[in-house]
Amino acid sequence: MTEPAPRRTGDYPSRAAPYGQGSSANLADILERVLDKGIVIAGDIQINLLDIELLTIKLRLLVASVDKAKEMGIDWWEHDPALSSRAADGNRSLAEENQRLRAEIEQLRASGTELPAAEESPPKPAEKKPRKSAEESPPKSAEESPRAARTSNPSRTTRGKKAEARPRKKRDSP
Amino acid sequence: MTGTVAYAYAVARDPDGSLEEALGGLPGVADAPVRLVRTAGRADVVVAVSEVPARDFEEGALRAHLEDLDWLEDVARAHHRVIEALAARTTVLPLRLATVYLDEERVRLMLEERLAAFADRLSALDAHVEWGVKVYVEAPAEAAPRAGPPEPDLSPGRAYLKRRGAQRHAREDAYRDAEEAARRIDAAARPYAVDRVQHRPQQGELARGPGENVVNDAYLVSQEHAESFRTDVLRAAEGLSGVRVEVTGPWAPYSFATPAEAEPLRRAAQ
Repeated sequence: MTEPAPRRTGDYPSRAAPYGQGSSANLADILERVLDKGIVIAGDIQINLLDIELLTIKLRLLVASVDKAKEMGIDWWEHDPALSSRAADGNRSLAEENQRLRAEIEQLRASGTELPAAEESPPKPAEKKPRKSAEESPPKSAEESPRAARTSNPSRTTRGKKAEARPRKKRDSP
Repeated sequence: MTGTVAYAYAVARDPDGSLEEALGGLPGVADAPVRLVRTAGRADVVVAVSEVPARDFEEGALRAHLEDLDWLEDVARAHHRVIEALAARTTVLPLRLATVYLDEERVRLMLEERLAAFADRLSALDAHVEWGVKVYVEAPAEAAPRAGPPEPDLSPGRAYLKRRGAQRHAREDAYRDAEEAARRIDAAARPYAVDRVQHRPQQGELARGPGENVVNDAYLVSQEHAESFRTDVLRAAEGLSGVRVEVTGPWAPYSFATPAEAEPLRRAAQ
């Protein structure tokens, strides 16, 4: 390669869009590329690769499926006001209250107080207890999620095969 | 640890040794100027680096910083700015954000070790660009069922059901149109595409926009066909209502820097 061909309006270093859409490029698109694409080489300063994967997953959430994340039990962004407008106080205090109430219920149970059963079934308190607590245990172990998510990362795994070996000369192909 | 460490952005081709000067001290991450590291053996393959403050980029600090979206955005944009500046003049293999070495000598050793693989990939990507192609399904407007005068002989209940039915059909139509758009785009892109990667659709907080992203692909296209690609892809979905096609780029070949079967490269790095 001898000539850095006249690529676009190459009047760099003017900051304005030397190449693609420059600084106006959408942050989600940029993050998607700088974090998730590109060559991965472990440098000297290693953030444990696993941390990076985890980070990437977190960030991918910003640009990827929120539902999927919730399924995996990852919902940190909901408590981070910088990331979510919904996050503000409402959610956090709700979550906290929820936690507090659960703790109270556990305490009451432990102290042997009769509690009414869940709404959907007629009162049979004694039998309800074990079922209820089983229900409340977290659906999936949260520690599993990073790994699970990693293997399901499609952008690394579904890399299309070389679609065409070379760009076909215009349209002379079948 | 000394005051600075070496932040590596990308591997690039510097055929005639003019690249560093051409960059003209471009500010990179932490506003540090971008420099090029090269090996003695082969001067035309270089790594772009900046000396950045160790206190921000050593392990603990880096990990903490990466969780801070403002910090991350600054670094991501600076990283991207350098990649784009390089890509505007030569072929480039972007490295993942926050690839950090103790010093430039360590970068040189890494380069030496991988020189052949880098050179191969640089040749393969020479004069190619990456286009992002996204397809969105636009949610049909809630309040706008197919217009028309209210039909007088329908009871309110039936009218309601009919309206809901129309909305549902509109949504189904939109998804069907999106599939059709994806098919047509694929057909339009194929003549030009050298490679394609399918990314996960963007649906997160940062990606909030009109509509639901259902296709998020990256295509590798030769520079020569770059504009035709863009034009044809955008034209492909014309006339499909409820579907929006967005083409982003041209990007440096971020999605193609690692050859398809090169996961081993990563393992070798360990």
